[in-house]
Amino acid sequence: MSKIYITDTTLRDGSHTVSHKFSPEDVKKIASSLDAAGIDIIEVGHGDGLTGSTINYGFSPYNDFELVRAAASVVKNSKLAVLLIPGIGTVEDLERAQDCGANAVRVATHVTEADVAAQHVRAAKKMGLFTVGFLMMAHMASVERVLEEAKKFESYGADIVYCTDSAGAMLPVDVRDKISTLVQNLSIPVGHHSHNNLGLAIGNSLAAIESGATYIDGSLSGLGAGSGNTSTDTLVAVMKKMNYDINADLYKTMDASTNALIPVLESKGLKTNTNLDAMILGYAGCYSSFLLHSRRAAERFNVDVRDIIIELGNRKAVGGQEDWIIEVASDLSKLKNK
Amino acid sequence: MVWEDNVLEKIKVGIIGPGNIGQDLIIKLGRSELLEVACVVSHRESENLAAVREMGIDASDGGVDYLVEKYKGTIDMVFDCTSAGGHLSAAPKLKEAGMFALDLTPAAVGPFCVPAVNLDENFLDLDNVNLVTCAGQATTPMVAAINNAVGVSYAEIVSSISSKSAGPGTRANIDEFTQTTKNALEKIGGADNAKVIIVLNPAEPPIYMRNTIYTKVKNPDMEKIQAAAFECLKTVQSYVPGYRFLLEPIIQDDIVTMMVEVEGLGDYLPVYSGNLDIITSAAVHIAEAKARKLMGV
Repeated sequence: MSKIYITDTTLRDGSHTVSHKFSPEDVKKIASSLDAAGIDIIEVGHGDGLTGSTINYGFSPYNDFELVRAAASVVKNSKLAVLLIPGIGTVEDLERAQDCGANAVRVATHVTEADVAAQHVRAAKKMGLFTVGFLMMAHMASVERVLEEAKKFESYGADIVYCTDSAGAMLPVDVRDKISTLVQNLSIPVGHHSHNNLGLAIGNSLAAIESGATYIDGSLSGLGAGSGNTSTDTLVAVMKKMNYDINADLYKTMDASTNALIPVLESKGLKTNTNLDAMILGYAGCYSSFLLHSRRAAERFNVDVRDIIIELGNRKAVGGQEDWIIEVASDLSKLKNK
Repeated sequence: MVWEDNVLEKIKVGIIGPGNIGQDLIIKLGRSELLEVACVVSHRESENLAAVREMGIDASDGGVDYLVEKYKGTIDMVFDCTSAGGHLSAAPKLKEAGMFALDLTPAAVGPFCVPAVNLDENFLDLDNVNLVTCAGQATTPMVAAINNAVGVSYAEIVSSISSKSAGPGTRANIDEFTQTTKNALEKIGGADNAKVIIVLNPAEPPIYMRNTIYTKVKNPDMEKIQAAAFECLKTVQSYVPGYRFLLEPIIQDDIVTMMVEVEGLGDYLPVYSGNLDIITSAAVHIAEAKARKLMGV
């Protein structure tokens, strides 16, 4: 199986959710957690890309370059990407982002307009940046047209091309058709970016991977414009469950959500509906009503609820065996205190 | 017929670049009583160039060098419709040959000229004027009008054009396009700061060129703002008849929002390509003013 690379866009697409008000401190906190979790690429900046801070898209109190610099100060292993939408940002803005520490760029155009990005992709490659061609609103064009435009990005020198479902409007069958056509006809890797507006984000991400995409986007707790992006947390859990080769660590990705993102959101008066403990039930194959019992046991025995649930899965507990939860929690506690 | 004897000989002009803009200019100049196209050049042979030749106009793939060598002394004005890079190399040659350059690329070698804002006698004595961009021609007049009336600290425009009307030159130069437009909004529009956003839309049938103009004003006096905007509308309509409000000025806090749409004359491309018309109409308007000066009429 090919290796799958994850781009987390909490700090860029997720910026829409917080009305572009992530501060440099917020960025440091979240980017360092993503970096520690082994996320391959971290995207940072205004939701509409470099210099997107405008009347039209919403002003950010911080400029993109401050945010990139903040992220660069804490990121050690991940690539640090910015989004550049020709017509909004320019090559000059990209050069400034590189000076602030960005080493990757996603050059985004409407799915039928890749040729406006020729100068930006070529400039980015010349600058030594890892360069992604990002075809937005891919649901609006035919398979043939998406391929034609993707080939343009390839010809300009892009390292990867993305088929991006900006509207969260694609069905799994559309994703399969478009991604498999790109994979068969391009010599560069193909990526997919979903929005969960129809509740299909994770399903479409899987359809993309099964069709040969090797780059997938997510955001912590599924933050992002509209209903948000594919949840990075869920994506990592599912990829692990399917035994795909990924660099990200499951617990650390969840910790990035729980310990970095959620406090930042709460500080802005926002809440998410994420239920990562429940996600672990699915990951481990545990009876769903074990959730609340496991949380109580975790508190009682001072152990990680995730460890309880995963161990219950390993022991093949079935429905009705809530009593096993106490036993597992007690065992884990003993092990921990040895 | 007696009156024909009194008709002055038209001023001969050249065009560099037979793309969408060049072709539209040929049609508009064909209606001019003062100007006639003598030569169209490109750096390569193409169907467009062949079509120009069919019209009986001297068309060559010899580029600007052919134009200046053959027509020095006979062609007085040249419209450059290539690209920013193209004009940077053509400008000194045109100057050397004494040809007045109307630069329709974002090169901005000469000063910006938006007829509704700053066309005056001084411009006609220069050797090179820049037409900014289609978005610049469509939005700078409004920003300048609002700035003169109440002061503009920040202007932001979003220009949407149909994919079909954006030729390869525009597409290859989108950074220069936004930068040049921004400079014009600041330098001649008078905004302290400006931001320009360009969006291409592939919808069928194609959308008309539309421009949203946001201005952060220093004095939110809507009476003055309305009066200035409507006055400006009339001025632009005098040379671009299809220029109209899609949304008349409205204000929230200190931000004025208005939208103008440009319906073209349907010369080379259909009427949706107002972006083409607004810059070619402005260029012909300037060229005719220059021609009147040269002819002393």
